[in-house]
Amino acid sequence: MRRRRLKVFLIHMALISVVFTVASPVLVAFFKSTQTRDQVFSYPPVLGFGSVKAMLDNYGRAWNQYRIGIYMKNSMIVSVAVTVAKTLLSMLAGLAIVYFDFPLKAPIFYFILFTLMMPTEIMIIALFNLVSKLGLGNTYAALIFPFMASATGVFLFRQHFSSIPPDLADAARVDGAGPLRFLWNVLLPLSWNVIGAFALIQFIYMWNQYLWPLVIIRESSRQVIQVGLKSTMTAMEATDWGLVMAAVILAMIPPLIVFALLQEQFTKGFVLAREK
Amino acid sequence: MHQARFKGRLFPFLLLAPTLAILVVFLYYPVFQTFRLSLYRVAFLGLRKTFVGFANFSDLFHNPDYIHSIVVTLIVTTAVVIGGLGISLAISVLANQKIRGARLYRLLLIWPYAISPAIAGIVWLFLFSPGYGIVNYLLSLTLHIAPNWLGDPFLAVFIIIVASIWKNLGYNIAFYLAALQNLNTDVLEAALIDGANYWRRFWSVTFPLLSPITFFLLITNITYAFFDIFPIVDVMTKGGPFNATNILIYNLYREGFEYYRTGSAAAQSLILFLGVVVLTLIQFRTSGRHVHYGGA
Repeated sequence: MRRRRLKVFLIHMALISVVFTVASPVLVAFFKSTQTRDQVFSYPPVLGFGSVKAMLDNYGRAWNQYRIGIYMKNSMIVSVAVTVAKTLLSMLAGLAIVYFDFPLKAPIFYFILFTLMMPTEIMIIALFNLVSKLGLGNTYAALIFPFMASATGVFLFRQHFSSIPPDLADAARVDGAGPLRFLWNVLLPLSWNVIGAFALIQFIYMWNQYLWPLVIIRESSRQVIQVGLKSTMTAMEATDWGLVMAAVILAMIPPLIVFALLQEQFTKGFVLAREK
Repeated sequence: MHQARFKGRLFPFLLLAPTLAILVVFLYYPVFQTFRLSLYRVAFLGLRKTFVGFANFSDLFHNPDYIHSIVVTLIVTTAVVIGGLGISLAISVLANQKIRGARLYRLLLIWPYAISPAIAGIVWLFLFSPGYGIVNYLLSLTLHIAPNWLGDPFLAVFIIIVASIWKNLGYNIAFYLAALQNLNTDVLEAALIDGANYWRRFWSVTFPLLSPITFFLLITNITYAFFDIFPIVDVMTKGGPFNATNILIYNLYREGFEYYRTGSAAAQSLILFLGVVVLTLIQFRTSGRHVHYGGA
């Protein structure tokens, strides 16, 4: 009994130190975002909360002067638009594949699935040429359109809809409901866990995007947060790290809120978390 | 898949149309164009194109810088995959004990999933900075050394690896913990009754049972190390010093968007594409048979 309690105590200690170690870079970032320039650059390094005044100064300058507010607004528009569109389009495709009979069904499904092999990053040269030719450079559309469809999403909703008792569709049909009404009234309420997990992954994927906006967006007022963060860092020695860390902490807030809201669905939802 | 429940010839195509249109325009068409571009040498800003056959490819494989980039990518990938999976598995096993607050620990371990690679790069750049970084302060206290992490090729690769592993811990732990919680406990109990000790039990029972998820994470982590750590490299080292951290995707970006060598960049795209196709096919083939991803 005593040995058991000692063991439990040691496990707690080990876990607490692991949790702390994993989080420590972010804790340092937070502390530094509350310090004045002198404290940030002091040697030996000062760890711990600086002051509310320095904190407000750093966050205020990051938000206004370094346009973090604008970058975050852009990222928010793009991430929400893509998350909603991807979920919707994937559900419609899933509905077609599971509840309809039509020619070439299997080839079409594989045609969709094959795109798992085509990460945007790889085709970036050709995609850049295409999007520029369409006249979409420097627009939200350039950041939204290429990501609205998802092989993972179609696969996921196909699996999920297949696991729902088919009688429900028959009942809906007998009641005179069409497929879209069936999707809205029956499938949607049964899909919240899957939607939650999918939306969490897609929102974070879009919020964290970097390479594509880096090349296609040249106008600072349209830039997204991840690339915008880089503009807070000037030459190494001159970098105002307190301000940079304030920007970093601000940029972490939206995905963390989404994570907090949907983590239950994330753990229950599904395991094949590909990000396309 | 069960029987179709709704009638309509055209309607299913209408439902599929938006997805298919996006995939054709923004994925299939660029792939096709990449194939085409890789066979041309494109002069300044695409004004003149000359057909060169496979010259772009043979140039690449005769270019020592490109070979170096391949080697760097393989080194970084190996370290990120082995280090990342090893650490994540160890932490997950620790967190999978039946203790109070297990759910809270789990949450506190997987939240870094929400952190972006760019942020990981920025924060670790600060931690490793020579003058005022915490890492060098601790090292000078304990070992009386203060390495110049960004100036030394070997060390620069090391800090890229550290930041990359850290950034992906949340993702890997989420999957390992989910898999551990869904393990068939009968086998484990049988091993316990057999009197196998903890380590024996772990290596001969738990670890093999985890092989499907390990395999899945192996593939996703290879993809991660190939592509998703681009921001970490861009923020921390910009491929330097002396191209030491110039991974393939970074090299591709520079060729395409800094030196405007479109043909060469397209050829590099296809080489990477081939890698992804092989990985994906391996994953498709195995996921049907012994590998089981259910639950979680």
